[in-house]
Amino acid sequence: MSTNEHSATAHTDHDHAHHDHKPGGGITRWLYTTNHKDIGTLYLLFSLLMFFIGGIFAMVIRAELFQPGLQLVQPQFFNQMTTLHGLIMVFGAVMPAFVGLANWLVPMMIGAPDMALPRMNNWSFWILPFSFTILLSTLFMDGGAPAAGWTFYAPLSTKYSGDSTAFFVFAVHLLGISSIMGAMNVIVTIFNLRAPGMTWMKLPLFVWTWLITAFLLIAVMPVLAGTVTMVLTDKYFGTSFFDAAGGGDPIMFQHIFWFFGHPEVYIMILPAFGIVSSIVPTFARKPLFGYESMVWATSSIAFLSFIVWMHHMFTTGMPVTAELFFMYSTMLIAVPTGVKVFNWVATMWRGAMTFETPMMFALAFIVLFTIGGFSGLMLAIVPADFQYQDTYFVVAHFHYVLVTGAVFSIVAAVYYWLPKWTGVMYDERLGQLHFWCSLVSVNMLFFPMHFVGLAGMPRRIPDYALQFANFNAFISIGGFLFGLSQLIFLAVIFKAIRRKGVKATDQVWEGAEGLEWTIPSPAPYHTFETPPHVK
Amino acid sequence: MKRYFSNRNFLVWLLLSCCSLPLLAEASSFNMTQGVTSISHDVYSLHMVIFYICCAIAVVVFGLMFWAILRHRKARGVQPAQFHGSTKMEILWTAIPVAILIVMAIPATKTLLEMEDASKSDISILVTGSQWKWHYKYLDYPIEYYSLLSTPSAQIHNTAEKGEHYLREVDRPLVLPTGKKIRFLMTSDDVIHSWWVPAFAIKKDANPGFINEIWTRVDQPGVYRGQCAELCGKDHGFMPIVVEVKAPAEFDAWVKEQAEATAKAQADAQALAPMTKEDLMALGQKTYEARCAPCHQVSGEGLPGVFPALKGSVVATKNLPLHLQTVILGRAGTAMQAFGKQLSISEIAAVITYERNAWGNDTGDLVQAKDVAAAMPAKE
Repeated sequence: MSTNEHSATAHTDHDHAHHDHKPGGGITRWLYTTNHKDIGTLYLLFSLLMFFIGGIFAMVIRAELFQPGLQLVQPQFFNQMTTLHGLIMVFGAVMPAFVGLANWLVPMMIGAPDMALPRMNNWSFWILPFSFTILLSTLFMDGGAPAAGWTFYAPLSTKYSGDSTAFFVFAVHLLGISSIMGAMNVIVTIFNLRAPGMTWMKLPLFVWTWLITAFLLIAVMPVLAGTVTMVLTDKYFGTSFFDAAGGGDPIMFQHIFWFFGHPEVYIMILPAFGIVSSIVPTFARKPLFGYESMVWATSSIAFLSFIVWMHHMFTTGMPVTAELFFMYSTMLIAVPTGVKVFNWVATMWRGAMTFETPMMFALAFIVLFTIGGFSGLMLAIVPADFQYQDTYFVVAHFHYVLVTGAVFSIVAAVYYWLPKWTGVMYDERLGQLHFWCSLVSVNMLFFPMHFVGLAGMPRRIPDYALQFANFNAFISIGGFLFGLSQLIFLAVIFKAIRRKGVKATDQVWEGAEGLEWTIPSPAPYHTFETPPHVK
Repeated sequence: MKRYFSNRNFLVWLLLSCCSLPLLAEASSFNMTQGVTSISHDVYSLHMVIFYICCAIAVVVFGLMFWAILRHRKARGVQPAQFHGSTKMEILWTAIPVAILIVMAIPATKTLLEMEDASKSDISILVTGSQWKWHYKYLDYPIEYYSLLSTPSAQIHNTAEKGEHYLREVDRPLVLPTGKKIRFLMTSDDVIHSWWVPAFAIKKDANPGFINEIWTRVDQPGVYRGQCAELCGKDHGFMPIVVEVKAPAEFDAWVKEQAEATAKAQADAQALAPMTKEDLMALGQKTYEARCAPCHQVSGEGLPGVFPALKGSVVATKNLPLHLQTVILGRAGTAMQAFGKQLSISEIAAVITYERNAWGNDTGDLVQAKDVAAAMPAKE
């Protein structure tokens, strides 16, 4: 250990002579950076860009659905929009945002000087812009972008797809490489770089949830890679993995895809649990209730995520025993998820709460994510699922857990840690305005979708029967307002990056606890070069 | 610290909720349909029970949360408590949800087992999806036909007023008798489709190369509408399902009429009577716009990179044998279907004549039923 410490010090001294403290300016700083804070910033800004690109696609969808009939776009392009919207939001907006947060926060939370594998860290980020350039370039091809939905079920994505498929497959491969490297980095960092005294059961919950998420990523991203490879060979190399005429099975595609897809859903929500578990105690000025049960609940959810995938496939025609098994296992997920919600409420109970923007988003998360959980429970009931499956009820469900769940938690996290990153407090008035506008519009957007779904409107259609017209117009207005509200968020971030605002203290929030609040604001370029001692 | 949860904010909220009440009232007619079968009633009550359970949990959990938000706030000068765990509570709020779930699982299991028992059926119908139409084959009668969207494209493109059943109407509905256990066998000719009629609480995927089974028994005559529920390509939104349920006597009359019509159509096809160019072009245009235009477009220009153009193409202007073969047998490995089993011989003759003479293709070729008959593969 002592030799390690010695060599680490020597290394730092050596670096001082060259480019340390602040690296050189210009584009090369960002291209060559191995600093976890720089890379975290890159991830977060990239994710913001993708959030707006995916958002524009959503606006096209909502504009076309504003009225019955075909007005703005043709069905083929509409399908490209729904496909790209899903792919961009899942792989471009939500996942990179969480990786960006992990980069910024995990080392600061565990008292590490940086991520354990900094060069790989640089690489895993810089793959992303190339991958999404490849994916988005398909919009300009003959035949356009992939149009088989973000779930790209075979044989629609194989025999019946255009040549954008090859681009799509390559883009997904790159994304997978990036995600796996990011996950390995998180695991190695947490296992090896914890400060002395930072035992497992002292880890902040954000670190715990990310550790579990990273294992999920490593387990399922190769499965996704396998799926897209089989799509590629079915389309171009004459294999028949998903073609019954050659001895394959189109349903096997769905099994493999959802074996990736369901853990993927939790990859997008577990870090959100960690964020909310950090924010609620701070603003309730009271320690998190049931820390250990939170860790166990997260682990149970991660385990269960591997044995529920067929609940996405209840209508594909499966044996009744499988339907029963997957109904029960899916219902079971409500238990650890419920434990989390109860723990958050118990944390608030008899606290001394204040309601700054991060807390507002966290509270909205708890309520609205739980509503998404309720519809998830309803979807687990197989006979009822036959009516819900592939309707707007499902669209409402997964947007409640992904937008008011994952995205709200990311926004909450940005407001919460922005003062630590920039050194100035964000504009609280704009923050509150952003919150209330988002809250109202997001519910106008997604809540009525439950009703149109129950009334019988399928998802992924560019035009609909007349009885759905009023609701769709209302939903579209909600969608446009939600899109506009996010411009306020952009303004808040822009102001903070330009250091316009009150100087933040080191602790930033009165009730904040944790290593990241012991270092100066803004966080210096290098932190914890000598590990702190955790009591 | 400024208070953001002021009374004024609450008033705004109250106002907003009141404004949304009319919408909620409309929403009551926007619940899941109760349907017209005993299964669909069971499904509806499962849906309502789980919904009310969720509401009850929401009232308790959110109630406690909002109580804490109102009372346990710094602005009221409270001191935060410092408790941070209780094994008793954790066990309690693990056990109660488990109990609720078990209560819920029992009726769900019962209904599911009933839904999946398609044995002892009276009538079997093979339902085949293809891009973008349904084919119904009555296994107990010599009846089979395609069912296509009948909404005119002018309504879809907003140049004509939309009818009452816009996008939920077909040229030939599926016809069923009341009071009989009907077994549906589902499959597909190309991609995955999903046959969904909400009033029967049936949604079952039609998978290429595999057969799924589902059943229903309808007691109320009427017209029931649904549509394809699985993304199946460009015109997924234009693949409706209409089911007409008739009393048994009327159903039997319908069966007789259909069988006679089928026999007459077959006799006409045998005659292989030649048609004039005008007749061929008229029938060809009608057939083309219903069957071919979804992919190759009314203009014959196709969709670049997705569906090939016919206007000026080699097949449609030069190579007649290949043209016949492509229309009759389809093109393996592409979305081009084998229309030899979908259209009558004279329709195929007409559509090929039309394709060779429309959009400036102007080959002057006339293809007659006998040419098509000669090109058809030998019947097994």
